[in-house]
Amino acid sequence: MLAVSFISFAMFTYVGDPVAIMLGQDFTEAQRAALVAELGLDQPFFVQFLKFIGNAVQGEFGLSYRLSRPVAELIAERAPATLELALCAAVIAMAVGVPMGVYTGLYRHSILSRFFLTFSLIGVSLPTFLIGILLILIFAVALGWLPSFGRGDVVRLGWWTTGFLTVSGLKALILPAITLGVFQLTLIMRLVRAEMMEVLRTDYIKFARARGLSNRAINFGHALKNTLVPVITIAGLQLGAIIAFAIVTETVFQWPGMGLLFIQSVGAADVPVMAAYLMLIALVFVTINLIVDLLYYAVDPRLRIGKGAH
Amino acid sequence: MRIRLFAALAALCLSAVAAEARTVRWSASGDPNTMDPHSQNVGTVTMVLQQIYDPLIQRSRTLGLAPGLAVSWEQVEPTRWRFRLREGVRFHEGQTFTAEDVVFSIDRAKQPTSNFGIYVDTIESAVAVDPMTVDVITRVPDPILPNKIASVFMMSRSWSEANGATRPQNTRQREEIHTTRNTNGTGAFRLANREPDVRTVLARHADWWGWREEGTGNVTEIVFRPISSDATRIAALLSGEVDFVLDPPLQDLQRLRSAQGVSVLEGPEVRTIFLGMDQFRPELLYSDVRGRNPLSDLRVRRALYQAIDIQAIQRVTMRGQSMPTGTLFPEQVNGYAREEDVRLPFDAARARALLAEAGYPNGFEITLDCPNNRYINDEQICQAIAGMWSRVGVRTRLNAMPLGPFFAKIQREDTSIYLFGWGVPTLDALYSFQSLLASRAGGQQGDGIWNYGGYSNARMDALISRMRTETGDARQAAIREALNIFREDVPLIPLHHQMIPWAMRSNISIPHMANNQPYFRWAVVN
Amino acid sequence: MRAFFDSDLWWSFTRSRITVASAIVAFICIGGAFMAPLLAPHDPFDLASLQLMDAFTPPIWTAEGNPTYPLGTDDQGRDVLSAIMYGARVSLFVGFAATIFATCVGVLVGLLAGYLGGTADALLMRIADIQLTFPSILVALLVDGIVRAALPREVHDQIALFVVVFAIGISEWPKFARTVRGSTLVERNKEYVLAARVIGLSKAKIMLQHVLPNVLGPVLVIGTLNLALAILAEATLSFLGVGVPPTQPSLGTLIRIGNDFLFSGEWWITIFPGVALIVMVLSVNLLGDWLRDALNPKLR
Repeated sequence: MLAVSFISFAMFTYVGDPVAIMLGQDFTEAQRAALVAELGLDQPFFVQFLKFIGNAVQGEFGLSYRLSRPVAELIAERAPATLELALCAAVIAMAVGVPMGVYTGLYRHSILSRFFLTFSLIGVSLPTFLIGILLILIFAVALGWLPSFGRGDVVRLGWWTTGFLTVSGLKALILPAITLGVFQLTLIMRLVRAEMMEVLRTDYIKFARARGLSNRAINFGHALKNTLVPVITIAGLQLGAIIAFAIVTETVFQWPGMGLLFIQSVGAADVPVMAAYLMLIALVFVTINLIVDLLYYAVDPRLRIGKGAH
Repeated sequence: MRIRLFAALAALCLSAVAAEARTVRWSASGDPNTMDPHSQNVGTVTMVLQQIYDPLIQRSRTLGLAPGLAVSWEQVEPTRWRFRLREGVRFHEGQTFTAEDVVFSIDRAKQPTSNFGIYVDTIESAVAVDPMTVDVITRVPDPILPNKIASVFMMSRSWSEANGATRPQNTRQREEIHTTRNTNGTGAFRLANREPDVRTVLARHADWWGWREEGTGNVTEIVFRPISSDATRIAALLSGEVDFVLDPPLQDLQRLRSAQGVSVLEGPEVRTIFLGMDQFRPELLYSDVRGRNPLSDLRVRRALYQAIDIQAIQRVTMRGQSMPTGTLFPEQVNGYAREEDVRLPFDAARARALLAEAGYPNGFEITLDCPNNRYINDEQICQAIAGMWSRVGVRTRLNAMPLGPFFAKIQREDTSIYLFGWGVPTLDALYSFQSLLASRAGGQQGDGIWNYGGYSNARMDALISRMRTETGDARQAAIREALNIFREDVPLIPLHHQMIPWAMRSNISIPHMANNQPYFRWAVVN
Repeated sequence: MRAFFDSDLWWSFTRSRITVASAIVAFICIGGAFMAPLLAPHDPFDLASLQLMDAFTPPIWTAEGNPTYPLGTDDQGRDVLSAIMYGARVSLFVGFAATIFATCVGVLVGLLAGYLGGTADALLMRIADIQLTFPSILVALLVDGIVRAALPREVHDQIALFVVVFAIGISEWPKFARTVRGSTLVERNKEYVLAARVIGLSKAKIMLQHVLPNVLGPVLVIGTLNLALAILAEATLSFLGVGVPPTQPSLGTLIRIGNDFLFSGEWWITIFPGVALIVMVLSVNLLGDWLRDALNPKLR
């Protein structure tokens, strides 16, 4: 975390000049110098950094240069949008990806399997931003079925804002969630397929077959269960990736989440926001990692006996 | 929170029932970064605040001066302007508007944290003569004070004092004050809800003094949502999610014009795009010419000028949405002279000849600095120019960057040649000459603050100081002569005045304004 | 060579029509890209040759098409076909370089971790795990940001290409490291390694001469699939505007620029580079898939 905070601070210290943006069209040299001093930008690098760390530990990232509002508040305001989007994308990826993976794993040569595989290959080969642009072009502009930007109407529940409770909110979710989910979907499908095929040829399944268990019991009771461990790992890790890739999707769909905030801040050289965002993402990853490790432990009985498998 | 939920639902139902509700859903690429009326002198802030706050003198539909919170004004002495205020005006929160508020607001705009200093730079003090009369005393005679005061919004003194907002929000410091997110103006709309970067809702202020006047519209609510992506913004307009787009990308105009239910309103902006050139260094920072500065040679400046095929840029790059020019500002600005608005003709052969004459038969190498998100199609213009220059032998490297680093770079004078644009909010020539062409050394505060090419001409400086104090014909003559020097001396290479098309649903009509400000008080929704 | 044509690999290659097709496509892409200066009808980098008045020419088969520009021109009058060929060159260069870089780092780390074991193993794999949890795009954004911050703009533009290569490569190496480590662990205990150790060969020699060749199969598979990912990552970064400098536009840059013209009817400016990117990545992915299945005897 410290490393990330240092990097996130260092990387943006020289990226842009917030002074120029804040001063606007008319100013004097004296005003400029005064502003530089006010922002503490004239102090040595490490002094600025120490200050930054000191404040960050207290959850205090200062005020956004661009919006003049506390960074923590801004991020808290944007987080629900990103998290809801990421959650939907993850659900889509899992709900569609796992069954498709199982099917293609079991019936390797059926026509549907080939279709799924072709789809997944195209999905892996299409960059996220192109998918988003194409979806907007088809569903928002040509057909006019779904909104092309924003979150629609949101309902406020305490500090959390949700788009799940209104029709327009749900409609606005569809395109971005699909865009964000497609790549993960194909990834999960291919993973499940590979794992299924791997597991199905293990002795363990052969024994099960020999014991005369039904195909159904074998496929779902034994094989699928065994594929779950790597799937959970990857899915968990991919949740982080989804949040990170949300930067792209949010840019395309003007989704008012943290990723868009980040990109807008990059444009305005808004250091406090960018630094805080990166640290938050780092925290999210660490947390996800921990949860995945724990889940691993819960799902895979071998790990409970000892560390032998590792 | 449940109450809020119900309130939101109730509001939804109500707005569906009320037949009179006329909402305009408006979008632009940028969001205002504050609601403080004196903190940021930037178009994106003003476009929202001018709906909420009134100045003493407002702009008419033709950008002339019209009574606002002052019903009349006169120059009673050379250094004293007298403003008679409008009776019976109330702020959105109920306070009565008086001379006290005017004095307070002008003082506030003069504070160090204000970004509106240039509009009140000559003001010594403002004095309340009686509750409905204010005298503004200037240090020197200021003939264009009304033009400047038209950009200063009036706030309530008691409200500002009660909320600890007696000086403008210091956006530079880590500071948030009451006015960052709250407003209390006298204008046609009041701020109903604001989520920065997401949406800003304005509601009609039924008691606004101006609704009685002729030609006002019927808008009851304005919902502003910033959409930074060009493609998304246009898609939203086409699909009917947005009613009004302030800054549609030029390449989409054709499609918007032919789209069902969408109309495009075209008009000029008071902003001129030009190229600035380093003319003061003995040797350019970004060029392969050693020991001398080619750009300080008039022949080279003219060669670069004549190498530019401005018609091609206008037709292709700007899709017709520009007015090529040979002068410093467009005709809306006081002092404009059509006879001086003549370009050196595009002539590549002549450009090569001039270069050879100046001692560069094989041309030279140079880097063109260019913003890529500040002016309309800025980077594309630079690319086109780089190609045209390369064709006459000036091998041009393009260095395009976002406005943040770009402004920082040219303000360090770390450039050899750069693309720039200049708007004239006062609609008077002095603003441009003073900022862009006055010598930087000496002179008054504000002289040459954007003269990053270091142009210096004693005659020009003399004319600028005459513009500052003289009035009437003498002043116009000074401007005229300065324009002639501009044309002969090519201190900057003028390109064009920007055009600013607005796109909207066909059921909306609104007057197009050359200051790129939509005044929704004049908008009609059918 | 003969041995190669007789091999299982070749046999399985010719048996799959899709694979042959994708190999041909990939070959055309790579060939066209690397020979761009020779094959491209125009030089999109020669500013002096651009004719602004030719801008926005549609593709040749439309009514206003111009035979000089088979796929039309962009907003500056650049030939789209030539721009794609030069752009693919940049994209492929970044893709290959980043993959090679990731492979070298990954294989080295994997070999060391797998062969040495113990603390070195735990430490290296811990680093790889941490690295693996960070999505590549974020790592790339970070690296790009640091370099941008540390170097002045002019220098940055000159080395930007290598920054992108490094940024993408550094985010992909753990995959190689993990695979190699796994294979190394298996190989390490095989008799031939034990034998080599008994006759006193040095660790480096054993690792490079004996273990390495035996773990290269999986590396080749991951490498191919990774090439596709790297090309996509570069396109995404360039789309966000933080990738290769605009003076050397890659396919991603072309798509970003063309995206502005998608709604205005000048679709060819973005669609053709988009199609080129998809075709390229798809063919590489197909090859990777085939290679994986072919090298994995269990699946036959």
